[in-house]
Amino acid sequence: MNLLDFVVLFGSMLAIAAYGTWYTRHHRDLNHYLKGDANIGWLTIGISVAATQASAITFISTPGQGYENGLDFVQNYFGMPLALIFVAAIFLPLYRRLNVYTAYEFLGRRFDAKTRLLGAGLFLLQRGLAAGITIYAPAIILSTALGWRLDLTIIFSGLLVIIYTVVGGSRAVSLTQKYQMSIIFGGMVAAFAILLIKLPASFGDALTVAGGFKKINAVSFSFDLQKRYTFWAGVLGGFFLSLSYFGTDQSQVQRYISGSSLRESRLGLMFNAALKIPMQFFILMLGVIVFVFYQFEPQPVFFNQSAWNQAVQYDTDGKLQALQQEFDAAHAQKEQLIQIWLDAKHNGDHAAETTAKAQALAALDKSNALRDEVRTLVQKDNSNAKGNDSDYVLVTFILNYLPHGLIGLLFAAFFAAALQSKSAELNALGSTTTIDFYRHIIKRDASDTHYLKATKWFTLLWGLVALAFALFAHLQENLIQAINIVGSVFYGVVLAIFLIAFFLKHIGGTAIFWAAVLSQILVLVLYHYLGISYLWYNFIGPAACILLSLMIQAALGSTNKTEPAT
Amino acid sequence: MKSPEANIPPANAPRNDRDELTGLPGFRTWRGVYLFVFGCFVLSVLLLLALTVIYS
Repeated sequence: MNLLDFVVLFGSMLAIAAYGTWYTRHHRDLNHYLKGDANIGWLTIGISVAATQASAITFISTPGQGYENGLDFVQNYFGMPLALIFVAAIFLPLYRRLNVYTAYEFLGRRFDAKTRLLGAGLFLLQRGLAAGITIYAPAIILSTALGWRLDLTIIFSGLLVIIYTVVGGSRAVSLTQKYQMSIIFGGMVAAFAILLIKLPASFGDALTVAGGFKKINAVSFSFDLQKRYTFWAGVLGGFFLSLSYFGTDQSQVQRYISGSSLRESRLGLMFNAALKIPMQFFILMLGVIVFVFYQFEPQPVFFNQSAWNQAVQYDTDGKLQALQQEFDAAHAQKEQLIQIWLDAKHNGDHAAETTAKAQALAALDKSNALRDEVRTLVQKDNSNAKGNDSDYVLVTFILNYLPHGLIGLLFAAFFAAALQSKSAELNALGSTTTIDFYRHIIKRDASDTHYLKATKWFTLLWGLVALAFALFAHLQENLIQAINIVGSVFYGVVLAIFLIAFFLKHIGGTAIFWAAVLSQILVLVLYHYLGISYLWYNFIGPAACILLSLMIQAALGSTNKTEPAT
Repeated sequence: MKSPEANIPPANAPRNDRDELTGLPGFRTWRGVYLFVFGCFVLSVLLLLALTVIYS
């Protein structure tokens, strides 16, 4: 990065902070702070919903996922359009009619106080953990770009996010997200276009290479439960994951209940339902094309350059250097085999094509084995190499191949996206803590100004918790997967509570409370011991909770003794 | 004791008429919008399947 890039990056960051602060100057009451001023249009809601979900992690980590594993991750989103239709038709009208601040207020009215607190508590637990992971993402960008230590970068970016979020309100979050997403998509499209221009092969040949290396694997109808992404896991597990995320997660509910009418909120959700799969496909495809690009260009044996340089300094026995040379030789051989493979394809020589393709695949396996060996060595005793190396693929490509100015713009856009999604998350954590715990249990009759101040203090507290989690977590998963795994473990039970509230009218508060507690324990135990795709827990959790609540209610009898509704 | 459900407004409570209109050209009801979105989903899956079959 040069001076121009840094000017663009830091100029954008400061402009965003100033914009958010400027928008908060009218926030004098709780309603305005938590819901905006309820005159937000469908496009702003739609983009805000997408931006809250598609944070910097989506744009950094998903291309890395595409690079390593191809397009199969797109199946994770197959259930989302169906879930969003469900939310728009069932959840949304009810939330608007009840005029609630948080989704969990509905549980208090339908069941009892303890069920409301359980739902809100599970949200705080899982979203608090996820919030730590989303602070981690922009820190990766800056640590790679600036050569800073990852832990120091986490503290710097985390504190900036916390300050901005505490000052900002719901309306500022929604409106600024619109502009951030425009910058993000502009940057991503520009990056894709430049990638295609620089690609040494034609786009058709690039798809051939990607397909031959099993990267064009968008749909699999396999029934193997161990396989992480399949059509079935995506539709069923993805449906429940999305339903619980969009229907019961306060960070999303807070975005769409701020619409000026039910119509605006519904259109915002349908906008996401129609565009989510094409958007994720595009981002994954970017990673796949970067993979093909690196088959014809020198490829780093380890993409996290900061960690690599640090490891090489301490490589006294020269093992890393030797592995790098071996990797470079394997890479060069693979490039030759790919060229033979493509030439044979163009000449219609199927036998030669098949042979060269098989040899290229074997060379790819050898390269990957060497990368694994390097990864183990670099990550050993190196705190700066936390996380999955695939998360560094796109940023490394941007730094090495995009023109100056655009590099700064893309990094600014990533960072801004992280700020905005983090802002929405912390805003929701602060809101839920205030509305569902503080106002409900500790101080019932204070003024709006008091609750507004309390929300800001709780937002600050959650920001610090997320910062601590980001600092001490050692993530072995690709970031985008880590977020989905945390969500899948906790979301299912929360969803079940809401589904029972809507459709099983005879189930009371005591039955659902204990069923939810038991099924959450069950999911945690199964996750620890079973090796099945995490998406299935979005189905197992609700199924167990619904079944247990029916059994417990039957044991309790038809008399539904609950605490007074709140 | 008053049932907790009694606090929830009934489903047939009066609603804003504007909410029932989609305001979109060609879509008079929300059911039509939902079907359109479902159609987009099916089309997306079919295109992805075709891509997978062609290049695998």
